[in-house]
Amino acid sequence: MAKERTRRSDVIIRFAGDSGDGMQLTGDRFTSATASFGNDLSTLPDFPAEIRAPAGTLPGVSAFQIHFADHDIMTPGDAPDVLVAMNPAALKANIGDLARGGTIIVNTDEFTKRALQKVGYDSDPLADDSLASYSLHAIPLTSLTVGALESFDITKKEAERAKNMFALGLLSWLYHRPMDQTKVFLTEKFGKKPEILAANLAALEAGWSFGETTETFEVQYEVRPAALPGGTYRNITGNVALSYGLVAAARCSGLGLFLGSYPITPASDILHELSRHKRFGVTTFQAEDEIAGIGAALGAAYGGAIGVTTTSGPGLALKSETLGLAVALELPLVVIDVQRGGPSTGLPTKTEQADLLQAMFGRNGEAPVPIVAPQSPGDCFFAALEAVRIATKYRTPVLLLSDGYLANGAEPWRIPDVADLPDLTVSFTTEPNDTDADGNPVFQPFLRDPQTLARPWAVPGTAGLEHRIGGIEKADVTGAISYDPANHDHMVRTRQAKVDGIAADIPPLVVDDPTGEADVLVLGWGSTYGPIAAACRMVREAGHPVAQAHLRHLNPFPANTGDVLRRYRRVIIPEMNLGQLSLLIRGTFLVDARPVTQVRGLPFRSEDLAEAILAEMPAEQPDMSTLTEESLT
Amino acid sequence: MTTDIPALELVPRTDEKQSAKDFKSDQEVRWCPGCGDYAILAAVQGFLPSLGLKRENIVFVSGIGCSSRFPYYLDTYGVHSIHGRAPAIATGLSVSRPDLSVWVITGDGDALSIGGNHLIHALRRNVNLKILLFNNRIYGLTKGQYSPTSEVGKITKSTPLGSLDYPFNPVSLALGAEATFVARTIDSDRKHLTSVLAQAAAHEGAALVEIYQNCNIFNDGAFEPLKDAGIRDEHLIRLEAGQPIRFGVDGHRGVVRGSDGQVRVVEVADVAESDLLVHQPGADDPGVAFALSRLVDPETLDKTAIGVFRDVARPSYDRQVREQLAAAGEPASSEDLTALLQGPDTWTVV
Repeated sequence: MAKERTRRSDVIIRFAGDSGDGMQLTGDRFTSATASFGNDLSTLPDFPAEIRAPAGTLPGVSAFQIHFADHDIMTPGDAPDVLVAMNPAALKANIGDLARGGTIIVNTDEFTKRALQKVGYDSDPLADDSLASYSLHAIPLTSLTVGALESFDITKKEAERAKNMFALGLLSWLYHRPMDQTKVFLTEKFGKKPEILAANLAALEAGWSFGETTETFEVQYEVRPAALPGGTYRNITGNVALSYGLVAAARCSGLGLFLGSYPITPASDILHELSRHKRFGVTTFQAEDEIAGIGAALGAAYGGAIGVTTTSGPGLALKSETLGLAVALELPLVVIDVQRGGPSTGLPTKTEQADLLQAMFGRNGEAPVPIVAPQSPGDCFFAALEAVRIATKYRTPVLLLSDGYLANGAEPWRIPDVADLPDLTVSFTTEPNDTDADGNPVFQPFLRDPQTLARPWAVPGTAGLEHRIGGIEKADVTGAISYDPANHDHMVRTRQAKVDGIAADIPPLVVDDPTGEADVLVLGWGSTYGPIAAACRMVREAGHPVAQAHLRHLNPFPANTGDVLRRYRRVIIPEMNLGQLSLLIRGTFLVDARPVTQVRGLPFRSEDLAEAILAEMPAEQPDMSTLTEESLT
Repeated sequence: MTTDIPALELVPRTDEKQSAKDFKSDQEVRWCPGCGDYAILAAVQGFLPSLGLKRENIVFVSGIGCSSRFPYYLDTYGVHSIHGRAPAIATGLSVSRPDLSVWVITGDGDALSIGGNHLIHALRRNVNLKILLFNNRIYGLTKGQYSPTSEVGKITKSTPLGSLDYPFNPVSLALGAEATFVARTIDSDRKHLTSVLAQAAAHEGAALVEIYQNCNIFNDGAFEPLKDAGIRDEHLIRLEAGQPIRFGVDGHRGVVRGSDGQVRVVEVADVAESDLLVHQPGADDPGVAFALSRLVDPETLDKTAIGVFRDVARPSYDRQVREQLAAAGEPASSEDLTALLQGPDTWTVV
């Protein structure tokens, strides 16, 4: 029976289940198929810190949201159109976010009296009227899967475990997604267990057939490929893009890459990824702690490598003393903080932007460190290149602030041509750079380049340039220990001037204001780019001009930042913290910037941001309840 | 004088004749007059020429403390880092630069208190570092608080009623941390110190050398029973590989391993000569070396052993890292980078 096909411009699906139900894998495979189909997409994995929280409980719910479209989109979407709930906990935890009239696919096998009670359902929501305003598809996913796998020589438990593949097959049919890649993926994953592989493939096909042959679903949906700029694309997460950016940067610099790191969520995947690329001259060192991670990276940098350390907020706190040493030694070093909810252990698997002030000021003494922040998963690649460029050119540690949303979120990425990557060639100092009073050639480790104020990078093994450096204040030029008051004042100001001077070497802040009539500017940094851009689109569609600008460099700010800010009647700064960039902007430029803040461990909903922006508009406000990113495009 | 040292085969050698003077930097040495560090500095400067290495391929990395000023006074490459972190920094340097001879200078507070974690991990990994731990059993730079090696009951500024902490025995600690080379020597015994340094340098992997060092300002005479020519021979056990362990005036004391497995000190006259324990630093089992490190009477320092306790072959961490890098295959080309960026699944938008 041929089914009706309906075209949609975009769809938001959320897969939700127990931590052990394989929802991240299901979402990941659906994403991969969607990417290769050519849609624009954005994803939001949202999982608990516990590896296996108690089964069937609300804290144990793991979810994966994907927004895909036939046009360019900015966010994983505010409200899902489709919720796949593998158990009552997943339904209860997510139903509040679902768009009215949305589709719910539930696994009825898990809706037992006990499971319902466990999450506080007094009556079965599938049986009462509470889901009447949604399109409910109650399907016994587990028993259908087990039924389909009866002929396989596997245990019932193994058969049940394949239910996520059944669900993936069903959704693949419903949204017309290719399954070839998933089959290849499964073949690689279960190649050594042929029976399990066959069962998973069969479950996948059974899910597809279920959609096609039963009357549960009458309509199949189609989301056409997006008209993205020309090029070769792949799907990529922030942590992978960042890893590749480091590999590429090392190659562009002609130096080896040394990563010293201690495992910490959500940064560990960078360590995992880089450890696989030894052929690219990458050495990874899993240190005994965060301090040793940065220490080893600094030691490698002293030896002439691109030294990198990766961490998240608590780890950055531990690294601060060594970061200060790197400031004093004036050696290149890249410190990557994949921010998560804080303070302390906080929310390890959730996103936040609350380490900006720690990055900016979290060291003893005057210890300025340049800060770079990527704005999307794919942009992590270019941010890594930029961090390495600044570090090596200015002989300074650089902080790169990613976050949990960028790290695990995915988007289509236009793969750059390797030939177009920047030249980051580094030349070490190999000859004496001065003469002493008697005219003999000498090496002065703190004789600076007059343009960049960078000091020479003379690595051990270079004859005639033997010298000693350390954390004690050094005399200008010679680098000898100095407690002289005037020298210290000079050195502190010089180190600051060196970092401030980078402003002349970074692109100006660009404003997006299509009509040129805006008098409200929305300023952001880091991963809020997508939600802010989507919100600005909504506001413009509602008839209000609004300008958007996004900071890649947070220290120093681009040279034109003050001029840009002063052009607007109102500056709004959305941040996933309590106003840290706002504090810096107000303090630096004396501009009355207004923070719009949220610390829920999740990215902003663009609808919420649009409302916040509209609240700053002079005219009457339209009814936002009709506005969504997808309805406006 | 140069010698061929397999452990240093990757470090460039020099044909030029070097002397101690070549290793003296232009910096004024600023330790207190009479400090034991002077003797160690002179011994190291005198010893380094014997390695026959290019001076620019030698690096000294230190932490914080009196001893950690050491790199400033040597005309090699050097880093004076932060408290306790020298082994971590030196690890990154050593692993990424096999052509360097990397030395760590640390003290009892730096290595065993704030930096204890880095020390034990550098030892168990067997990173190719030569770690010289100057042990004066006191905090000098902060002016006289007790250290992790101070004896129980130590009266200091921070412990007016006596310290309560039980001390570390650095040699025991290193042996417990899977170290492949562990030795102890004394600042004032230049010949012994130099001999131990030579053996440490010849060892592939991590070498921990504890150097008893006198702080004449805050803990003067801490090791006097081991230095006083009149009494030291009675107390000091000089470990020599392959030799029966005898000490005391005229060698009247000896070390045996009893039928109960215990290692103890006896009067040689009371046992058969053949019962004496023969020192074997190359023994796989570190048990006897550990037992030798425990013979000392912490009050009187009687039965203090010096020399090389343990010296066993295990591939250095550095070497194994290099082998993994080499085994990964040909260095990647720019086509390989393109392939990496593309991954298995791409699509093209026209």
